[in-house]
Amino acid sequence: MSAVLPGSILRLRVHWTDRIGNALLATAGIALAVFLLAPLAMILMKSVEDKAGAFVGLANFEAYFHTPSLLHSIWNSLWVSTLVTAITIPLAFTFAYALTRSCMPFKPLLRNIALVPILAPSLLAAISFIFWFGNQGLLKAWLGGSQIYGAPGIVISMVFATFPHALMILVTALSLTDARLYEAADALGTSTLRKFWTITLPGAKYGIISAWMVVFTYALSDFGIPKVIGGNFNMLATDIFKLVIGQQDFPKGAVVAIILLLPVAVTYVVDSYVQKRQQALLSARSVPYVPKPSRAYDWAMAAFCWTLAVLMLAILGMAIYGSFVKLWPYNFSLVLDHYRLGLVDAGVIVSWFNSVKMAFWCATLGAIFIFVTAYLMEKTRGLDPMRPFVRLMAVLPMGVPGMVLGLGYIFFFVQEGNPLHFLYGSMGILVICTTVHYYTSSHLTAVTALKQIDNEFEAVSASLRVPFWRTFFKVTVPVCLPAVLDISRYLFVNAMTTVSAVVFLYSPKTTLASVAIVNLDEAGDIGPAAAMASLVVVTSAAVCVVYYFLQVWLDRRTQAWRA
Amino acid sequence: MTTTEYLELRDIRKEFGSFAALKGVSLAVHPGELICFLGPSGCGKTTLLRIVAGLETQSSGTVIQAGKDISRLPPMKRDYGIVFQSYALFPNLSIAENVAYGLVNRKVPRAERDARVKELLALVGLPDSGAKFPSQLSGGQQQRIAIARAIATSPGLLLLDEPLSALDARVRVRLRGEIRALQQRLGITTILVTHDQEEALSMADRIVVMKEGEIEQIGTPSEVYRSPASPFVADFVGKTNLLPARAAGGDCVLVGDQRFACGVNGVAGSSKNLKLFFRPEDVMVRNVGSATPNSAVAVVEKVEFLGGYSRLTFRMNGIDQALFADLSVNDLAEFHVKAGDTLRVAVPPDRMRVFEAA
Repeated sequence: MSAVLPGSILRLRVHWTDRIGNALLATAGIALAVFLLAPLAMILMKSVEDKAGAFVGLANFEAYFHTPSLLHSIWNSLWVSTLVTAITIPLAFTFAYALTRSCMPFKPLLRNIALVPILAPSLLAAISFIFWFGNQGLLKAWLGGSQIYGAPGIVISMVFATFPHALMILVTALSLTDARLYEAADALGTSTLRKFWTITLPGAKYGIISAWMVVFTYALSDFGIPKVIGGNFNMLATDIFKLVIGQQDFPKGAVVAIILLLPVAVTYVVDSYVQKRQQALLSARSVPYVPKPSRAYDWAMAAFCWTLAVLMLAILGMAIYGSFVKLWPYNFSLVLDHYRLGLVDAGVIVSWFNSVKMAFWCATLGAIFIFVTAYLMEKTRGLDPMRPFVRLMAVLPMGVPGMVLGLGYIFFFVQEGNPLHFLYGSMGILVICTTVHYYTSSHLTAVTALKQIDNEFEAVSASLRVPFWRTFFKVTVPVCLPAVLDISRYLFVNAMTTVSAVVFLYSPKTTLASVAIVNLDEAGDIGPAAAMASLVVVTSAAVCVVYYFLQVWLDRRTQAWRA
Repeated sequence: MTTTEYLELRDIRKEFGSFAALKGVSLAVHPGELICFLGPSGCGKTTLLRIVAGLETQSSGTVIQAGKDISRLPPMKRDYGIVFQSYALFPNLSIAENVAYGLVNRKVPRAERDARVKELLALVGLPDSGAKFPSQLSGGQQQRIAIARAIATSPGLLLLDEPLSALDARVRVRLRGEIRALQQRLGITTILVTHDQEEALSMADRIVVMKEGEIEQIGTPSEVYRSPASPFVADFVGKTNLLPARAAGGDCVLVGDQRFACGVNGVAGSSKNLKLFFRPEDVMVRNVGSATPNSAVAVVEKVEFLGGYSRLTFRMNGIDQALFADLSVNDLAEFHVKAGDTLRVAVPPDRMRVFEAA
């Protein structure tokens, strides 16, 4: 008999196969601590040190709040982000409503056009607006005497960049509503408007709040757009860059990073609360809503969506057009000069190769790490004290702006004494930082897919004495393959387009395409900048097509069981 | 430690934080029997099953299987097959691959493995389904495949966790019989967890009735049905008349103004609050006269047609509570009972039980 002492906690012996699982989870936890928590902690430390590294308490904060120019950036960041959100959400909601609740034709095409901005670096919109409305822009006259540079340019570029993010969330939220609610309302003779206020809006409420948060956070922490089209208009994200790269004032950079973290942290907490509530609304027995045709309404919706689609294509198209124009605005003949001379001969094209390389590693190693960690968290047992920590680390990156993460990485890895110092300036650090930056969405995708498969597979396997990894490879991975591909594609596209985190971390050997756009633009080479941006869009789009065919092929090979 | 029992649970306790899910459960399972854990949701029956499987860890207590203490063994070191309510069939593997899942790992040679799969599929009555995927089978068929997979490696113990709850009524009744027949043919010791008393009564050798983390009664189906050990068991298993009563000397109790004689377990001399129990089908209408023991005039309130029998709701003078009686089609035809009628009914003293009210 096993002698159990009174008061002691009885524990099962751990099978050696489960020890392997626990060891893997511990490794993942340590990796997240090193590559997420430690860099963030370094920012807190730097903010209370002077340039020489001595502890100065809150002196840096005090100095910051006595610098009116810096203080002004807080106000700028807040009102610009609020305005961007207030414009984007209604537009995206109407667009999403048209996609889910109308019978307008060409819905898939419209949806894809609206999602195109995701494939581009956020800077692309800024470059395009310079071509349209800049000092030498085609339609500069339309602005009267006013300027596109500064707040106006920032706001409309950000609306373009954030639109698809809001759209995706809202489409999901609007597709979740149960058709039976509308049938019940119809049976009670409810008016269309009343149905909208009592069923549609409450059902999409959490989606709207979530979209609101995502757009606000994006606008607050984006660096590329204010850098390119902001002119003298300062925002928090550009301040960090100036303080750190321009003035090498690390402590003050850390202070701005912490200030940037605050509003984002608030939205993040609200969002995670909202996510929890949203899940309770879902029921497996819901009946999907199928819209009925209505001529006038469908036409109105189509007109709205096509107007936005045309505007988006005009923005994208202008950047691509501009990349071929020989000498803006004097010689509009279309040539490949910017690609050939500006990128290839100038050696800038290396950045594009680097970006593809980095995106490839994020999409493979990064995706594998994220999926395996999510699997270990969801489906294995043991190591209970570590689990809340890993769970927190997995959702924390969503609340950390790229600029802040990147800054933490410099602080942490630049130290000579750090055994991981060798990563500094390498491709590895870019891959790791980018994977961590986009961790949360990928993690949630993985968790959602894992939650959909039966929770008892592992129990059944154990009862049949099959080690967990066999079930992982034989069942879990094949069943979750679509989600794994989604994660991989998401990481690839974001790695291609990201600027904020990596702008601090690249070395002369690892320059990236998106950073090259910033540098080309700063040097006044807007043609090559547009060329590079176009190249990134084309690459991302091509990769999406590749993923699409990969998915189709895999479906045929491994998903035959889906009835 | 020698024992003839196949599985022994000794003083199993399980706490989730401050909530005690199991409050010291002890029981023994005989070799080859089908024992059923029955109780309402939250009574701890599933937790107890999962402790036997090693999927939950008891806070304290001992589990002994085939003479060996397995209290601290991880699931992979234990000897059982398990079937869940969801079946948990691997959706991307064929039926044959599902059934062979545990065999592959034991390095059973391919030919032998194929033969075993064929044998098992024949055993569960689905000989031609090997190449299909789970989604191509009906719920009842998936359930049988899950059982085939669980017994493929010839475990000493079969655990069934609400195996029939997800099926529709007709299939459920058919599968009950099939599972029971299969279990008896294999002679495999089996634990069945269910909240469905009909399922427990029809399938089990013995039933363990549980309530709030404790065992209320262990007994054969007829013992549990005919002689419930507590008002809870009486009420949970089958339809019951349960009336507040007080002792009236001898073998008699008073319910309101009505005096009833109880043959079996009268609580002579006790003056505490009591509960009187009898089943609706124990109420007689045939050959009842004023001299019949425990007879009284009943006013019929409602007649509910239930197919093979009908349920009367009636009232007796001096009793506040409505009572139920089940009448066969024949009785009903003979007495032409309808709402508003009065008739004389009786309950034989040996069908009455008296409990001390909690």
